Amino acid sequence: MSAAAAPRTLDAAVAALAADPSLVPIAGCTDLMVADPLRRLGMDRVLDLTRIPELAGIREKDGAIEIGAATTFRALGDSPLVRERFPALAQAARVVGGWQIQNRATLGGNVANASPAGDALPVLLALDAELVIAGAGGTRTLPYGEFHVGYRKTALRVGEILTRVRLPRPATGSAQAFRKVGTREAQAISKVVVAMAAKVEDGALSDLRLAAGSVAPTPLRLRAAEEAAAGRPLGAQTAERVARVAAGEVEPIDDVRSTADYRRFALERVVRRMLLELGTRR
Amino acid sequence: MSVTVRAVLNGRETELTGHPMERLLDVLRDGLALTGTKEGCGEGECGACTVLLDGEPVLSCLVPLVQCDERRIDTVEALAGEPRARAFLDRFVAAGGVQCGACTPGIVVTAWALLEREARPHVEAVRDALAGNLCRCTGYEGILRALVEEGPAESGEKAR
Amino acid sequence: MTGTDTVPAGERGDLGPIGTSPPRPDGLAKATGAAVFADDLAVAGLWFGATLRSPHPHARIAALRFDPARAPEGAVALTARDLPGFNGVQLIDDEWPILADGVVRHVGEAVAIVAAPTRVAARRALAAFDVEYEPLPAVLTLEAAAAAAAPPLAEVEIACGDVEAALAAAELVVEGSYRTGHQEHIYIECQAMTAWEEDGALVVAGSMQCPYYVHKALVHALGLPPDRARVRATAVGGGFGGKEDYPSLIGLHAALLARAAGRPVRLAYDRHEDIVATTKRHPAEVSHRTGVAGDGTLLALDVEILLDGGAYRTLSPVVLSRAALHASGPYRCAHVRVRGRVLATHTAPNGAFRGFGAPQTQFAMERQMDRVARAAGLDPYEVRARNVAGPGDRLPTGQTLDDSASARLCLEEVERRTGFRERWRRHDAERGRGGVRFGDGAEGRTPARGVGLSLYFHGAGFTGNGERRMRSPVAARLLPDGRIEVLTAMTDMGQGCAAVFPQIAAAAAGVAEEDLVFAEPDTGEVPDSGPTVASRTTMIVGGAIARAVSELRRRVDAWLAAHGEEPGPFRAAAARYVAAGEPAEVVVHHETPEAQRFDEERYQGAAYPTFAWGADVAEVEVDPDTYAVRPLRVTAVCEVGRAIHPRLCAGQVEGGTLQAVGWALLEEVKLEGGRYLNDRLATYIIPTARDAPRIDVHLLERPWEGGPFGAKGMGELPMDGGAPAVAAAVENATGLAVEEVPITPERLFDLDRAGRRERG
Repeated sequence: MSAAAAPRTLDAAVAALAADPSLVPIAGCTDLMVADPLRRLGMDRVLDLTRIPELAGIREKDGAIEIGAATTFRALGDSPLVRERFPALAQAARVVGGWQIQNRATLGGNVANASPAGDALPVLLALDAELVIAGAGGTRTLPYGEFHVGYRKTALRVGEILTRVRLPRPATGSAQAFRKVGTREAQAISKVVVAMAAKVEDGALSDLRLAAGSVAPTPLRLRAAEEAAAGRPLGAQTAERVARVAAGEVEPIDDVRSTADYRRFALERVVRRMLLELGTRR
Repeated sequence: MSVTVRAVLNGRETELTGHPMERLLDVLRDGLALTGTKEGCGEGECGACTVLLDGEPVLSCLVPLVQCDERRIDTVEALAGEPRARAFLDRFVAAGGVQCGACTPGIVVTAWALLEREARPHVEAVRDALAGNLCRCTGYEGILRALVEEGPAESGEKAR
Repeated sequence: MTGTDTVPAGERGDLGPIGTSPPRPDGLAKATGAAVFADDLAVAGLWFGATLRSPHPHARIAALRFDPARAPEGAVALTARDLPGFNGVQLIDDEWPILADGVVRHVGEAVAIVAAPTRVAARRALAAFDVEYEPLPAVLTLEAAAAAAAPPLAEVEIACGDVEAALAAAELVVEGSYRTGHQEHIYIECQAMTAWEEDGALVVAGSMQCPYYVHKALVHALGLPPDRARVRATAVGGGFGGKEDYPSLIGLHAALLARAAGRPVRLAYDRHEDIVATTKRHPAEVSHRTGVAGDGTLLALDVEILLDGGAYRTLSPVVLSRAALHASGPYRCAHVRVRGRVLATHTAPNGAFRGFGAPQTQFAMERQMDRVARAAGLDPYEVRARNVAGPGDRLPTGQTLDDSASARLCLEEVERRTGFRERWRRHDAERGRGGVRFGDGAEGRTPARGVGLSLYFHGAGFTGNGERRMRSPVAARLLPDGRIEVLTAMTDMGQGCAAVFPQIAAAAAGVAEEDLVFAEPDTGEVPDSGPTVASRTTMIVGGAIARAVSELRRRVDAWLAAHGEEPGPFRAAAARYVAAGEPAEVVVHHETPEAQRFDEERYQGAAYPTFAWGADVAEVEVDPDTYAVRPLRVTAVCEVGRAIHPRLCAGQVEGGTLQAVGWALLEEVKLEGGRYLNDRLATYIIPTARDAPRIDVHLLERPWEGGPFGAKGMGELPMDGGAPAVAAAVENATGLAVEEVPITPERLFDLDRAGRRERG
């Protein structure tokens, strides 16, 4: 088997991609393999990213956590470090498809595939993730919030490989929440997915970061709702208000999974519930 | 364009040749006549094509041949030849876990992977583990009976 | 959890293996992947087929050309013009084209077929067709079909008493209209069929419920002598009715390609193609006007049924017939009128699906009964207890129910096991007036809970005079080694006749199961014992098996006695009997009792020899934030005559109940402009193990003299009760009037919002 198809180092992968930008990078393949057989068998040249050490593993670095792009959702959900620091991400990882899908699908694939319904993506927005991207010219980092530039369009340039997802250490006293409203209880595509991180001090809400999926062409940070929450006391009134603002800033559509009206409603209700429960938790 | 990969398939070193993006499912069924692995949907939704890749359940319709190099692949046929699995298979049949049989190999492989990790799983753990395997015949009740320890009150036999 | 209440052991007599649950004989082979399904069959020199399908719901085919230069080498293509014989699939009539000729009438209709050396090559060959379509106006929904007022595909009317007069005299008249959508079978094994020529005969093997239906279609379309076509069922990976009618079409396609290519050809559908092209459950709209006395007694039932038949008639007339015969439920009412029509739309033909029309009409009847209860100030249990039909009562066709009518028994038992009434009242009171407080600020996350009840029945065996006409022969013969071989055309699609037939035969002949052999369902070997449908296999064919093997036993015993021989072990004695040249084969027909007469023109008389009965209680919770309904538990009490194999019998109830719950909550075929929006398992949603409720099954047994060892047909029964029970539970939890399935969160949300607007 040719080394070009399954490189064992990041340098080799970057070099292969530089030499042939038409190579299709592959990882968990849970989306790619669903293609029509004729199209799939038209992909003669692929670049397997699953054997590159630089793309593997979950480790702590300078207080942040770095997650290799080829980390599977199973590994994410099982990681004690992720479960302790980023429970919202661990929760999301456990609802990405069934066991078999979780064993194959990768965090990097979820990001690079750029589906607006990607379960983990709002979590990355709410956790202020950064992406580490390697290319022939070296490595760059990009705030995750700048990665999705349109429906299924990303800031990844030709010849670049997403290598790691970096999550800053959450401030002490911060809380996280995640909720997926899917087409059924498991092995589902989301109708609405919401992630939240916030700090509560002396009954007041601060640093709210709220993000949602399946409600716009890209995963969306709900900034107006975040602003509406700034400095407010935690309670039913704030929860109602923030949820209402959140529902006002999304642009869901009718599609085969749900309706725009329902999505807006469910988003509002889920945001409200998250804030109410934040209040009761502390 | 074709690639040749070397894998340990059902315990034996095997060379597999084909298009890099050929589905492991097709390699098994069409290439090797290992037809125990079934296709139910071809898009990773039903679990009928579940095999173990390095011991982990995966969907063989979503695994391209190119990623099978140096991997261990175990199909339901391996399980059939595994003496430790016999009691489990018998229990699976006796409990009513099998009806039409199309989902069964996939469910048996997933369930076996679960039992290897947890000999006496809680019913909720079984439902979670099997959430990626659709069954249209049993309502899952017979499958759960086979995997979860039954109390005497839950016997399917005559009440008196 | 399952349990069986049966007659005390002392009254069982000598039933041998009847009522025990040995491991099913095909179980281990299926669990280890050794069982050979349609696409597993190894055939030397096999080619593969593919199908060119219409992208339009209704269009004229202006031009259709195949350019061999653009196709893989050697590819064979067939269009309607190339058919050697008649272009129609023989079912009830033969108007369903094998390949569209000049006009397409639904998206996914087969326009042309190809064969090539590999699956991929066959797909590539489809690109070598050039088709020009001229779109025509399309009728896509039941509403549009009703408005268009075209002649129906089928019509039926059942009447007894004077409905209009009884309605006029009734203290209360309750009206309601109920809708159910398409349901896709989602057998896990997609349709597949292989054809080849062997010893001058055409052989078709694959996944099917009815080998002789396929045989009949082959003979009819190809003009073959019957003995030159041979149809064999492989292991069948689920049917549920979906492999009753459609295999005749795909079998013809495979046969035509095999003949044209001069080699074996297989057509194996992928899931996408299977969802688009094959039959589904008929969508239905059922309207009720019910006259009720002040105390809740039913005085008059006026029911109107509309079914969406799709583009061709196929099995719709018999689906409508069963729908109408079950439309008034297991209730007593003197004045009934049921009128039904099947309307054509430009969608794929709808066909057989477990329950065959009865789930649609009983959903409506059960929802209507809850509405009647509310109007009369009764709870759902009371209204049913007051009106339930029992022995001696007459159904609208005039059929008098015999002692096997067990609806009341089921109703009382499910109440005893679940405490339904008390819980229903409690949830009803908790909810108060004005629905669940979705959208209010103060409530906790506690989901709203509800319970719902349904009472249902299902006619066992073919409707009307079907069984009398077929007379279903079953053969049995003694082999030289003294074993008994039983020959039937029944296929095991998972329901378990491979286990149940040996039990029946062993008990009837008084032999061990090792002394029995069962022939494969191959039309070259077995007699036409009818299709594996209509909950008839155990009751009708099982009954004939019992008689056939008993007769062989009788002959052997008589011969032994006449020759003064010691009885000894049966097998050895039977071997001596065969060696002596005595007649070793018997063919037994199902004999319909004289008393069971049905007038198919006037819909008068006994439409079914007996019925199986059931009562369900469903418990759900509804998420106050998302309107998502979680079914927690369904308790099903079913009276089945005799459970030959209680484990498998309960398995039918468990699986059928979940199919009904899926239909009630999740499953919806979404069409836009006649095109499918969700032709994938990612978007056509069926329940996973996480979505499935706990299903508690309690089988009641009151052996029925017409079935083998008292067994009644029961495979379809559980499809009837789940949906109305779940809908009633959602209503109990939310206060929202649920008149349509599936009860998706979106639908509940819209219903609640509309209600709020109305209330201001």
